Amino acid sequence: MTSESLVELNDVEFSYDSRPILRGIRMKFPRGKVIAIMGGSGCGKTTILRLIGGQLKPTAGSVRVAGQEVSGLDHAGLYKMRRRMGMLFQFGALFTDLSVFENVAFPLREHTRLPEPAIRDLVLMKLHAVGLRGAAHLKPGELSGGMARRVALARAISLDPMLIMYDEPFTGLDPISVGIIANLIRRLNDALGATSVLVTHDVEASMKIVDYIYIAAEGRIVAEGTPDEIRESTDPLVHQFIHGEADGPVGFHYPGASIAADFGLEARP
Amino acid sequence: MIDAIRQVGAKTVNGIWKFGCATRFSFTMLARSGMCLRRPQLVLDEIYFTGVLSLIIIIVSGLFVGLVLGLQGYETLKRFGSAEALGTLVALSLVRELGPVVAALLFASRAGSAITAKIGIMKSTEQLSAMEMMAVDPHARVIAPIFWGGAISMPLLAAIFSAFGVFGGYLIGVVIIGVDSGAFWSQMQASVDLREDVMNGVIKSVVFGVAVTLIALFEGYDTPATAEGVSYAVTRTVVTSALAVLALDFVMTSFMFTGV
Amino acid sequence: MKRTAVDLWVGIFVVGGLVALMVLALKVGNANTVSAGRGYRVTAEFENIGGLKPKAPVKSAGVVVGRVESIAFDNKKFVARVTLLLDKTYEFPKDSSAEILTSGLLGEQYIGLDGGGDEQLLKDGDRLTLTQSAMVLEKMIGRFLFNKAAEGPAAEKQE
Repeated sequence: MTSESLVELNDVEFSYDSRPILRGIRMKFPRGKVIAIMGGSGCGKTTILRLIGGQLKPTAGSVRVAGQEVSGLDHAGLYKMRRRMGMLFQFGALFTDLSVFENVAFPLREHTRLPEPAIRDLVLMKLHAVGLRGAAHLKPGELSGGMARRVALARAISLDPMLIMYDEPFTGLDPISVGIIANLIRRLNDALGATSVLVTHDVEASMKIVDYIYIAAEGRIVAEGTPDEIRESTDPLVHQFIHGEADGPVGFHYPGASIAADFGLEARP
Repeated sequence: MIDAIRQVGAKTVNGIWKFGCATRFSFTMLARSGMCLRRPQLVLDEIYFTGVLSLIIIIVSGLFVGLVLGLQGYETLKRFGSAEALGTLVALSLVRELGPVVAALLFASRAGSAITAKIGIMKSTEQLSAMEMMAVDPHARVIAPIFWGGAISMPLLAAIFSAFGVFGGYLIGVVIIGVDSGAFWSQMQASVDLREDVMNGVIKSVVFGVAVTLIALFEGYDTPATAEGVSYAVTRTVVTSALAVLALDFVMTSFMFTGV
Repeated sequence: MKRTAVDLWVGIFVVGGLVALMVLALKVGNANTVSAGRGYRVTAEFENIGGLKPKAPVKSAGVVVGRVESIAFDNKKFVARVTLLLDKTYEFPKDSSAEILTSGLLGEQYIGLDGGGDEQLLKDGDRLTLTQSAMVLEKMIGRFLFNKAAEGPAAEKQE
């Protein structure tokens, strides 16, 4: 069972300053698959990635990556584990004072003692994989949003990770870039034999490429299944989410006093 | 009324809390400074960033402070018929006080604000987080080198400031007004002591360099992750480090120069 | 590459800073004073040293020949004992005299050495016997007023 899933979350609870974010999360990411975690904004999706990466510690429950308990690792152990992870941040998080080439070379320079020609070849290969070999000399400021995301992707895979995490990879991109990124996620996952986790609220783009979907709401997993199962789901919340309806189980209005009370329509005592 | 007291209390608790965080931050950074020794190039780059880029403002200000000291000092000393003491006046005020203090204030506004902006932007655009996820410790890779770069640059900048200040005083006093050159230098040398004045000035500038760089780093690291947050943090760096420099200066001066 | 430009500038900066420190130490400060190895010590006793401080210069004919090393109070004779460190290259007769002088009206105080006529020269550990104390402004004014007062009635009587 452990040999099959790369990442396992068991009854994970997490709260910020006693404000609960995650409640009883239970997930399993099998090796070699692309998994999506979907949900509305602010439902704690990104927190799940940070728990897996060890940047946050769960309040209760366990997070295991490749059989190791993440919160039980010390500083050195955690950093050793992170070398085998790649993470794509929401807006790329490229180092603004380094060129595209140096950005992708950064993990190689920090973690290996490869000679300069080898680094050059590796970097150009990674950039070629995302279609940006020609942009190696540019600065991050000169890139469009989609290109920056692809450079960040090249950087995330420069050490050939076993687990690639994507934090909102489609946000703020035009439809063509979304298609390119989605395609890359699938292709790179299969080429590297890695496992990928997407945190996203873009239903269409991710439905096409993922193997399994978790839908989160209010810190809980409310539904899971393959894309087909999700699409067929009769659960009203899932239905609302997939079809983007304005009102449903997730209310349009922020919870508060009733409209009658706010506008003084109720009989005053 | 009660509200005002409550606010003061909350501010105080907040301040102490922040001070504690800053201390922990400093210790973490110092404990992970090992990489700076293994890769001196990192520190070298930061000396460029904090030191070399501050050179122009330090040299020009040093020169002008020296010129003003020379003029004002001459006007005052002339009344007591001891214009030759100009060298002493210029050198002592620069080496003991103005050199370290003014250089530190300029350092805070030039290099300190740049450090805070750099770290703040790296944090708010998740560059620090990304580095962590690439298994590179930002404390060791980014923060510690900046600290050592700043701590090395500041005493050198203060020395350059004082040297150019003395030169400015010489220009006004000797070249333009016509105080005797020999008297200018010999009076200066007779009353400026290597250990008591020059060394104490250097110690001051080292302490200021450490303080300003730490404040700038911490403010940047502690920034809320917004563009607004970064701009507030830069302002806070300049204000806090100016206050810290002046307060530390008072404390150190009372230790160094009032003892027998 | 860009590396070398940064390195060059850092080099210029660090060397410039060190040169500035050297200037402060040597040109502005007095690092090149008589060090203990190159000098000899003599003591002198003064009834009053005024505002004399350690490290004050010792001059002869206006030339700095040494420094005041330390100042102590002799609790038996109630005088100040001043130790002078003189440069080895300057030699003085044994009966030289020391006095405390002021440079300018409000300037700092220093010790002036006047050479005597003795055949023998001062050695390490010798004591200068001929000394003249610092002039203390209040005492001088007091003496001046006293003399005036003494002169006044005498002159009146003669008339």
